[in-house]
This record gives sequence, C-alpha cells and structure tokens, in this order.
Amino acid sequence: MSEHVVSPKIYVVILFALLLGTFLTVEAAMRDFGPWNIVIALAIATTKAILVVLYFMHARYSPKRTQLVIICSAFWLAILLALTASDYMTRSPRVGRLTPSAVSHVSQA
Amino acid sequence: MHRTGELYGQFETLEQQKDSATLGMWVFLVTEVLFFGGLFLTYAVNRHFYFTAFGVGGNMLDLTLGATNTVVLIASSFTMAMSVWSAQTSRKKLLPVFLLLTLVLGGVFLGIKYVEYKQKFDHHLVPGQSFDLTYRMNHPAPGDDPKELAAERREIEEALLTEDPANPQVALVALNAHAQLYFSLYFGMTGLHALHMFVGAGLLIWVLKDSLKGRFSASYNTPIEIVGLYWHFVDIVWIYLFALLYLINRHLG
Repeated sequence: MSEHVVSPKIYVVILFALLLGTFLTVEAAMRDFGPWNIVIALAIATTKAILVVLYFMHARYSPKRTQLVIICSAFWLAILLALTASDYMTRSPRVGRLTPSAVSHVSQA
Repeated sequence: MHRTGELYGQFETLEQQKDSATLGMWVFLVTEVLFFGGLFLTYAVNRHFYFTAFGVGGNMLDLTLGATNTVVLIASSFTMAMSVWSAQTSRKKLLPVFLLLTLVLGGVFLGIKYVEYKQKFDHHLVPGQSFDLTYRMNHPAPGDDPKELAAERREIEEALLTEDPANPQVALVALNAHAQLYFSLYFGMTGLHALHMFVGAGLLIWVLKDSLKGRFSASYNTPIEIVGLYWHFVDIVWIYLFALLYLINRHLG
C-alpha cells in the first residue's frame, strides 16, 4: 500500500506548536484587548484546529475528494453561524431578551 | 469497517478500500461538526443577549483545571498520532503502548472533569432550585483564597449595577436567571464532549485488544486510523470549548 506515513518528527513539532498555542491563548485572555479578546482567542483556537486537521488527521496528505468534504464541513458551519447571526444581530437588542423586571416578575409569580 | 484487511469485491485495490473507509469517517465527522456547531451557535446568541451574566459565569470556572485538561488532551492527540505511525510502520510492540497511553490520558481528562463538576455542585452553580451565584462568596470554605472571593464579590456587584442600577434585588434575580443559561450550556456542551470521550475510550479499548493480538500492520491499519480521526475531532471540540467557555471573559474580571 502506498499510503503516506507522517514522520514522528512532524508530530512532535505539531505537539509543541499546540502547547505553545495553549500558553499564548491563556496569556492573551488575561490582558484586556477590548473587542479583540474574542478575536484573538478564536484565531488561536482555529490555528490549533487547522494544525490538528492537517497533520494529526492527515488531511494534508488525503485524497482531494476527502479534502473537499472537510472544506464543505467548514463551509456549512459558516452558513449555520453567519445566517443565524445576521438575523439576531440585526434585530433590536432587547427583542427576545428577558429584562431584569420581567425575570423577577416571573420568579415571584 | 472491514475487519480483516482482505480486499472486498466492490473495491479495486486495498488503497481504494482504505480511502473509502476514511472518507466515510470524515462524512460522519461533518455531521458531528454541525451537531456541535448548533450548540456553539446557541452559546454565541445567548452570550450576545446576556453578556454580563455570561462574563460572571465564565470567570467562575477554574482556569487552571481547564488549561491542564487542554494540555492533557493535546498530549493524548499526540500519542494517538504516534499510534497511527506505529501501526503504519508495523511496530507491533509499540502500538499497544501508545494506545494505552492515549487511553490513560483520556482517563486523566475525565478525572479532572469530575473534580470540576464536583466543585460546581459544591458552589451551587448547577442550574436548578438551589442555583446561587453568591453562594460561594457568602459561604467560604476553609481552603478558599480570600483574594479570589473578594474579586468574585466585586465582579458580581459590578454586574448587578449593569443589570439594574436602581434595584439590586431585581438585578440579582435576573443575573442568577441569566447565569443559569450559561451554566446549562456549560454542562450541556462539556457533558456531550465528555460523552464523546467515553465513546473514544471504548473505541480505544477495542483496538487495543486487537493490537495485542498483533492484527495491525503496514498492510492493514484502517481501524487505528479511523479511531484516530474520531479522537482528534474530540480534541478539536475541546480546543473551542476551552476558548469560549473558560477564556474569553477572563479580562473582564
């Protein structure tokens, strides 16, 4: 069988890259970057996820057909997140939200 | 999944047979991406609506335990990748060692998760009748760090002002209600992740048994490869859970 065998050297490099990413994301979370905190956290998480998919899960060495399925999954997830977000984020911020007085009214009843 | 490594009639070559099995696993993982995607979406929408309460809730998680678990899971993904390599290079003695290491690290993860869940029960942070964000600061245990409790009190007081500055009583009821949403999602998402870990552990035990009989080699290692794909996927879910549940509210505290 002519499958691609990934060498342990690459696995060790990826292991350390993932550990470094974990360290950086914890460090970044402790500092106040305003609206960028969530962007930084998700960017590091996505970088880590891509490393796992490409090397640990061998996507980089997989047939094109398999790679297409992986890209589709990211695309479908993006549709799910983006379309729902575009609905919620364009409404008045109070629609659908339980205000403090409404909550206390319900819990006293 | 073909269990013997022999060529089935519908395939031309063993390589094509293995590629088909791997592709099938990826299609299953796509359904898993969308399954967890729905949960992440629910989290995002509710965090958007109840930003203050989600901030307070997130900062009540134990960051040290969460970060330790991230490292443990990454290490287990590495040993899983090494298991695949051992199988691909016919290292029949080494394969069960790496599989066992992966299984042990998975067990450590679940053990730490148990400690965290126990903590949340002790602090009355499980959604339901006795949920109370202020329980811990009002009932400090002997081992609690007074600095940490003071920070928690300060954060809750600030959150109450954000919710309803005129009426702290009403604000606390609202904050407790919204924080229960956070903790429902915390338990739901980490619970489903833990369930996947148990399934992964079961799969590992299954291939570990076969690996001890020396069944996997360079010519036949599809089950190892596929269990590996599942294990790495569960690792990826945790990478996002750690960022979203534990980290993104830290600086607000």
